[in-house]
Amino acid sequence: MIEIRMHGRGGQGAVVASKILADAAFRDGMYVQSFPQFGVERRGAPVTAFNRMGNPDEIFVRSQIYEPDHVLVLDPTLLLTVDVLKGLKPGGWVVINSPRDPEDFYKEFNFSRDYKVATVDAASIAVKWGLGSKTQPIVNTAILGAFTRVTGIVTLESLKEAIRENAPIKKEENVNAAVEAYESVKFPKEE
Amino acid sequence: MSFKKVTTGNHAVSYAVWSSRVQVISAYPITPQTQIVELLSEIVAEGQLDAIFINVESEHSAMAACIGAAATGARAFTATSAQGLALMHEMLHWAAGARLPIVLANVNRAMAPPWSVWTDQNDALAQRDTGWMQIYNESNQEVYDSVIIGYKVAEQVRLPFMTVLDAFVLSHTSEPVEILTQEEVDEFLPPREFDPKFYSIDLNDPRGYGLLTMPSDYYEFRYKVQIAHEKALEVYKREVELFAEIFGRKYGVFEEFMLDDADYVLVTSATLTSDAKYAVKKLREKGIKIGVLKMRLFRPFPFEDIRRVLGDRKKVAVIDRNIGFGHHGIFYQEIKSALYPLEKRPPVFGYIIGIGGRDVTPADIEDIVDDMLKREEMTEIIWKGVRL
Repeated sequence: MIEIRMHGRGGQGAVVASKILADAAFRDGMYVQSFPQFGVERRGAPVTAFNRMGNPDEIFVRSQIYEPDHVLVLDPTLLLTVDVLKGLKPGGWVVINSPRDPEDFYKEFNFSRDYKVATVDAASIAVKWGLGSKTQPIVNTAILGAFTRVTGIVTLESLKEAIRENAPIKKEENVNAAVEAYESVKFPKEE
Repeated sequence: MSFKKVTTGNHAVSYAVWSSRVQVISAYPITPQTQIVELLSEIVAEGQLDAIFINVESEHSAMAACIGAAATGARAFTATSAQGLALMHEMLHWAAGARLPIVLANVNRAMAPPWSVWTDQNDALAQRDTGWMQIYNESNQEVYDSVIIGYKVAEQVRLPFMTVLDAFVLSHTSEPVEILTQEEVDEFLPPREFDPKFYSIDLNDPRGYGLLTMPSDYYEFRYKVQIAHEKALEVYKREVELFAEIFGRKYGVFEEFMLDDADYVLVTSATLTSDAKYAVKKLREKGIKIGVLKMRLFRPFPFEDIRRVLGDRKKVAVIDRNIGFGHHGIFYQEIKSALYPLEKRPPVFGYIIGIGGRDVTPADIEDIVDDMLKREEMTEIIWKGVRL
């Protein structure tokens, strides 16, 4: 079973991203579960969403996820207020929406080398494809493209289909954003 | 061909109502239920479901509209949560007393005050004695199937049916659900047929319904509701067998998990069952002979089945996400009373957990098992994790 936690802000589409990721994994033959942090969502406030995916024969617990395998961060300013690495298992990916280099996060935020940081300029990609506004781009599908590339948990083909199924509007633009992020994600330096 | 879709518990209800060819829907929005009727209103507005959607000013009126619709013989549906269900309370009695086979989906939400939108079972369990059947669900597939099975049973015994799903843990959680085709559902649950013997309102022959009834007759009306519940238990068992034959998913009055040789049993309901199953599987690896009995049908209550399954165990722990104030956990009360007629019966321990949506983890369940194994004296109420 793979457990994933997404950190975003209300309006960025973290909850929809969680649903799209679940749908993509389901298309790849996994059993899936996707749920938001059970709160009252407000625009701009920190939002968390969760995914479980794995073998259909496993027992899927229903508690929240306290020790995720991977983490996605839709807004880098969340690093200042939320402990996005909390409980993250060693070897886990941290995929961050940021134009900066992954190495910056080890240096400036003292990220442990136990974690693999990948960055993608999801905000610029979203703006380029007309998703959201310049000040409030909707980065959810772009960050999923990056996540798909670095982890290889779901296939790009399934991700595209899941986006077409679940994106409420601008389906092809969202697919293009995911593909561009898939291609442009930055990996950490090899040790 | 049926197909599988990753969807929420709320939308699983909406799809099931669509599949059931419901004719009248009336509801008032309330978190966390609102998505159920939002999707239904779209389905009706687009003409995909041939139903009348009645907007009302309160939940009391929503149930009143369903009662009026069902009294004409229409298949009626509503959904609500917590304060909304409480506001319906008077009409819930009316629906059952008038013997109307309405289906209601209640998304379990803690009662205010203090205000909460998160899950516990006190809203639905407080409706225990209204005469409604009640079923509790662990997964979105169970939710979907329960609506269809609900109408099938309700219309035969002429009692209303409440299906219950946990706020957020099912209502807003997406997971794969098999959606049946209309032809498949029609085979199990045919479209509602007009039944003038029991249901008809003729504008040219106006009558009163549910009018003043003297003590010489009222008593028998109540007796007949009870007899209908007793019959409903048999009808439910027959219908879930037929459902399993057609669709391959087997439901009982409860579900038994690793129970065959279990000395110890956790009695659960709804979503915390998943965490209990996970914990029990781990405890089995450590050699503890333990299993889970997941309650599904709460009304009518399956007394005989409970006695058969629990009578010979060493210890039973009932885990309640609810509290009967001044008494104990509500499932606890029911299980204990079911076992009383047995000469030899296990001690039953009552645990309260997860009220107001506090998260329940497999570790919490393991703690409960540890605690139960240590206790020598039967303990009726143990609050897990109270912080003062």
